[in-house]
Amino acid sequence: MRNLKLIIQREYLARVRNKTFVIMTFLSPIIMVGMIALIAYLSSINNDEKRIVGLHDEANLFEEEFVDTKDITYINYSTYSLEQAIDSVDAKEYYGLLYIPVEEDKTVLSNKIEFFAKDAPSNSFISGVEQKIATKLTNSNLVENGVDLTKLADAKTKVNLQIETFEGEQTSKMANYIKMFFGGAAGYLLMMFIIIYGNMVMRSVIEEKTNRIIEIIISSVKPMQLMLGKILGTSFAGITQFLIWVILGGILLFGLSAVFGLDVQPPEVSQQAVTQAANGEIQKIITDIVNLPLGKLILCFLFYFIGGYFLYSAIYAAIGAAVDNETDTQQFMFPIIIPLMLGIYVGFFSVIENPHGIVSTIFSFIPLTSPVVMLMRIPFGVPWWEILLSMLVLIGTIFLVTLLAAKIYRIGILMYGKKPTYKELYKWLKY
Amino acid sequence: MNDLLVAEGVSKSFGNFTALNDFSLQIPQQSIFGLLGPNGAGKTTFIRIINQITMPDKGQVLLDGTPLQPEDIQYIGYLPEERGLYKSMKVGEQVLYLAQLKGLSKQEAKKRLQYWFDRLEIGDWWNKKIQELSKGMAQKIQFIVTVLHQPKLLIFDEPFSGFDPVNANLIKDEILQLREEGATILFSTHRMESVEELCDSLALIHKSNKVLDGKVADIKQQFKTNEYQISIQTKDDAAFLQAINEKFTVLPADFHSINQDVRLNVKISETHQPNELLSFLMNYGVVNHFVEVIPSVNDIFIKTVNDHA
Repeated sequence: MRNLKLIIQREYLARVRNKTFVIMTFLSPIIMVGMIALIAYLSSINNDEKRIVGLHDEANLFEEEFVDTKDITYINYSTYSLEQAIDSVDAKEYYGLLYIPVEEDKTVLSNKIEFFAKDAPSNSFISGVEQKIATKLTNSNLVENGVDLTKLADAKTKVNLQIETFEGEQTSKMANYIKMFFGGAAGYLLMMFIIIYGNMVMRSVIEEKTNRIIEIIISSVKPMQLMLGKILGTSFAGITQFLIWVILGGILLFGLSAVFGLDVQPPEVSQQAVTQAANGEIQKIITDIVNLPLGKLILCFLFYFIGGYFLYSAIYAAIGAAVDNETDTQQFMFPIIIPLMLGIYVGFFSVIENPHGIVSTIFSFIPLTSPVVMLMRIPFGVPWWEILLSMLVLIGTIFLVTLLAAKIYRIGILMYGKKPTYKELYKWLKY
Repeated sequence: MNDLLVAEGVSKSFGNFTALNDFSLQIPQQSIFGLLGPNGAGKTTFIRIINQITMPDKGQVLLDGTPLQPEDIQYIGYLPEERGLYKSMKVGEQVLYLAQLKGLSKQEAKKRLQYWFDRLEIGDWWNKKIQELSKGMAQKIQFIVTVLHQPKLLIFDEPFSGFDPVNANLIKDEILQLREEGATILFSTHRMESVEELCDSLALIHKSNKVLDGKVADIKQQFKTNEYQISIQTKDDAAFLQAINEKFTVLPADFHSINQDVRLNVKISETHQPNELLSFLMNYGVVNHFVEVIPSVNDIFIKTVNDHA
């Protein structure tokens, strides 16, 4: 026990003091927040770009529709001939020229309107123009057929379905998104953690092998102890880094939005939020979050996080022990990456579509995918017996895999100069 | 004399490969024991079994009369052949860590380290990283790591590799000193001259089997060929040569001398005494050189391995 503590301590300090680790710890949140800021800034520039569009509308049919907005300025070219208008717009490097010919029949007209431009205009611009024209033409058709537009507007009814559970709890339509968000975030976080810190465990095992210090150490401690110490020490370092990322990232993001007044949230979302607030939706969202099986969620998150990480890092450690250098690890990465990817894909496609469907249920029992998939399923409400069964399978597998990994580890750390194959590893298991 | 380490019928195989076959050994207390053998003979496997890195399939190893326990690692110091240290860790921190793994308290380890650093005159290395040290310097650190916890049994696998002659000598003296202080030393090497110099007893492993074992003096006795190197100043070389060829087996000389004597290697049969040869020689002239040929460990090694090939 004393030795395990010593190993964990050394491993932790070795990771934390590593220059690359320190730099990544402090640089990553800055880079991430910087990226967000850059994207926000760039898209705001994009929005600020003012477009000047020539309008050639001889019949003056769309005068009311095409008025200047903060993004687009219209210049009337109706008095020019079409050729002159095109030349002029081209010479002045305007965005383009909208040409609406004189035509009595609206059906014919709707197919004759043209937009001239040097480059292909943006999709949003085109659809905006199309919508404006369509609305105008539809309305005038309605008026011609004797429809009173104000009455039509009054007659329009908006339906807002009130969703309630059988237990009488009112929920918002956002509930599913919230569940998805919590489940997805947990699953994704776990996958990232496994890949980043599992790799770190592997590298640290390889390091001891190439340093040739391994035999000195295992003449003092059991290989199993060393392996556990490495996994635990590295994961503590990982948790430290993760915490710093979250805190630093949060502070930076907060600071950034305060200083630059940048709206970090996309504008549509905040608009939606505002409308929903009027309906008391915010209240319901909060109830939804509170109503999530939070205790269960946190408990299971901790369990699957630790279990999943442990399972995978034992495999990582065994791989590290089997090879002499990092390039030889490629062939063994398959059994790690494939189940993780599968977990994430099943999670994002199958669980979100049908959280209790057969695919999601099966994958939440298979131990290599269960940590990710089950974490994604839990916010949607999974019965305890399913969770317990999945946990038991996972625990059993962890024991088995750790045992096998420890065997490979024990033999592997003392093997030099051979590039091992799966067959070789299988032989080691029998030693 | 008590045996510190006893191996009883130890066998170990990896898959189809037998690394050690029914291997038994006694290492006397406070002696230096040479473990010899060609590459791949099973020396490292045996050493790893003593260190409980590998477990034997059959047989057992006794330390101080009791079968090896996990706690016994603190009584053993092991300097492996394949050795190294954490490259980016500071010397002092690293040695402290390894010493603590062997069961020393931090304070005690620090105290003893100070002593060893002073003794080997490397006090200013404490805050250096291993990657800043030369190979020989790192070897010194590894030596300290091996002996710091004052183990009863020290295992050195090729301890002199990587050392220049000056430092090799320094380490050799340290090893002898450690024996004086009561340690028992198991010493594995391919450098026969250092076996010759240091070892009290030795064992030879060949193809997983022990083929030779015992005190160095006894083994040499066993391998002696009754051969003598002689050089003699005679009045009539031709007559002497004819006479000696009739009486003894004469071989070409395998030594050099500074004068113009007749030089020969002479083999006498088991029934003869060396004195008979000597008095025979004295009849012919002045004997300048008369030495029994004692087989070197190197010769014994090569002869035994070839005999078992």
